[in-house]
Amino acid sequence: MIHEFKKRWVSFGIGLIWLFVILWPLLGIKPEGLEFGTTFALWGRLAVAALCIMIVYELNVRGVFDGAKKAGSAITGSTRKAYAAIPQWLLLLILLALALVFPSMTGRYGHDVACNVLIYVCLGLGLNIVVGLAGLLDLGYIAFYGVGAYTYALLSIHYQLSFWMSLPIAGCLAAIAGCIIGYPTLRMRGDYLAIVTLGFGEIVRLILNNWMELTNGPNGLSGIKRPGVYWLDMTNGWTLEHFWVKKVWMYYYVILFIAICTIIAVYRLNYSRIGRAWEAIREDETAAELMGVNTFLLKLLAYASGAVFAGFAGAFFASRMRFVSPESFTFLESAMVLAMVVLGGMGSIPGVILGALALIALPEVFREFDLYRMLVFGGVMTVMMLVRPKGLWPAKRVGRRSEEMD
Amino acid sequence: MDYFLQQLVNGITLGGVYALIALGYTMVYGIIQLINFAHGEFFAAGGYMGVIIISYLSAQGMSPVLCIALGLGLTMGYCALLAMAVEKVAYKPLRSSSRLSVLLSALGMSIFLQNGLMLTQGVYDKAYPTEMTAGGFHFGNVVVSYMQIYIVLITAALLICLNLLVFKTRIGKAMRATAQDKVMSALVGINSNKIISLTFAIGAGLAAAAGIMVGFYYGSVNYSMGFVPGIKAFAAAVLGGIGNITGAMVGGLIIGMVEIFAAGYLSSEYKDVFAFIILIAVLYFRPTGIMGENVDDTRV
Repeated sequence: MIHEFKKRWVSFGIGLIWLFVILWPLLGIKPEGLEFGTTFALWGRLAVAALCIMIVYELNVRGVFDGAKKAGSAITGSTRKAYAAIPQWLLLLILLALALVFPSMTGRYGHDVACNVLIYVCLGLGLNIVVGLAGLLDLGYIAFYGVGAYTYALLSIHYQLSFWMSLPIAGCLAAIAGCIIGYPTLRMRGDYLAIVTLGFGEIVRLILNNWMELTNGPNGLSGIKRPGVYWLDMTNGWTLEHFWVKKVWMYYYVILFIAICTIIAVYRLNYSRIGRAWEAIREDETAAELMGVNTFLLKLLAYASGAVFAGFAGAFFASRMRFVSPESFTFLESAMVLAMVVLGGMGSIPGVILGALALIALPEVFREFDLYRMLVFGGVMTVMMLVRPKGLWPAKRVGRRSEEMD
Repeated sequence: MDYFLQQLVNGITLGGVYALIALGYTMVYGIIQLINFAHGEFFAAGGYMGVIIISYLSAQGMSPVLCIALGLGLTMGYCALLAMAVEKVAYKPLRSSSRLSVLLSALGMSIFLQNGLMLTQGVYDKAYPTEMTAGGFHFGNVVVSYMQIYIVLITAALLICLNLLVFKTRIGKAMRATAQDKVMSALVGINSNKIISLTFAIGAGLAAAAGIMVGFYYGSVNYSMGFVPGIKAFAAAVLGGIGNITGAMVGGLIIGMVEIFAAGYLSSEYKDVFAFIILIAVLYFRPTGIMGENVDDTRV
């Protein structure tokens, strides 16, 4: 006990010294001379914060919070029971109703954020198939989003094709791109796969950036058409009127529709034979192959179906912005989508939605700390892996498995 | 012919830099089978630290050669400390968990370090005091700048030191033993945690040296400069056979040459693509690399 105590605080002290040694050269050495003030100010704040965390941890170890914890677990237990008593369809219905009336509750800004969240929900769910279900770490996922966006942009500009006509084409092309990227990487696993997909993602971005004739390079493509919608027009009888989606809340409904379709599709895939096979591949590829799972085809299918949803989201993104440029498809976006999947819980649909909400909506709330966004984001990713590698809302496993039986 | 020779000189210089970065990847991979995503960030941190220390020292009135030598040493030490801290925080607690979570933790650390650099050093490029190493030799139309000579010499010296360290000393023997079998080496009294820490430190020190040289060579550093060279150096490590130190040196040279010649003769816009294509081709046709031993399928 005492030994543990000493060990913790000694390593805490060493960590603080280490932090100072790393911080000071970055902040304190100037050509004009050495300076300690700014470093001490920053370091002091970090040290106080770390000290608070350490004290809470120490108290926790000594059992000061045991009473509160017991009460807390009783409350969560009873709420969980109450939650379980409500039928699932009712909850889903309430959520759907909330999503439908959402635009009337907020202004244009709220709609904008909601559109973004829903785009990332689609992307996250698509990546969830590849990473969460099939266990193939894909760091170039944003390439498919780019393929979808550019497909719609080019079709709209050169062939005046409507959004709804382009949507399946964008999905198909993204799926083909998925197969092209997937095929050579099928033999690889784990880390190599991650790096190669990262390389592919960069290749796609470089092509978008440099193929001036087709993509107009870094200047991007503009003049993309809005989606058109048919709507009941009741001014002179019941006729269908065609009009262009103009307001942001209309875009919101379009992406909500796409997102709900994605959720249903991913849910169905998840609980299908294919989904089981993907999970088997994730757990142990060799064993899955021995059991007769066609790993070659299924891994390719995972890439393709993940890419389809990114293609849809990309086409919507192009129509929403009415402008696409390679800047939107950098590695950081891939990392962002991956972080959503990881933060939410790999393989879990509500988890991914929660992750998208957390990573897109929370930074909007803390707008004034925008500068620190990516710093916090990187830190959270590491800390998540250290303390809660399963994510905020871990996936429920279907059926029982041997380690739980006894 | 002159053009070819000039490209050859440039290729060797760039290849040396890639070789230095690639060594960090290959050593870490050899010992704990992890792609250290934050490695490119050590390279960028080295670039920044170099310009900070060198401009401080030269403002104190030191001679350029001493400035560069001292700056190189201090920067390598700094990045070694940084790498040891990163290893302690982000990798060590995850040593027994799944590879995916270690990889994601490394990715998070890379983003964290990159943005930490941006916040402390600003988003704009930081200029190097290139006038320190201005000038060069002229062989006909081929120009070999002093900086290129410095780069090649320093790279060669570092590579020789590393080879001596790994293959001739007790520490090197312990490192090789840990890379081969962690449990067995622990049984014979090698502290594997210390060895892993040391490996990270050496790799980051080499990357930091590369960062300074790139800073002098291109004249400026940027907070996001670690990403693309990081991938290219990884490609070099894979090309040479990951885990193989000599392979990483050869691979770095090849990738540097390919990039320079592709940019010179084929297309300068797509010069970054060639390294990726080599990476993919190697992984597809010969995942063990040109000098690698057989790897079991958990690695590939």
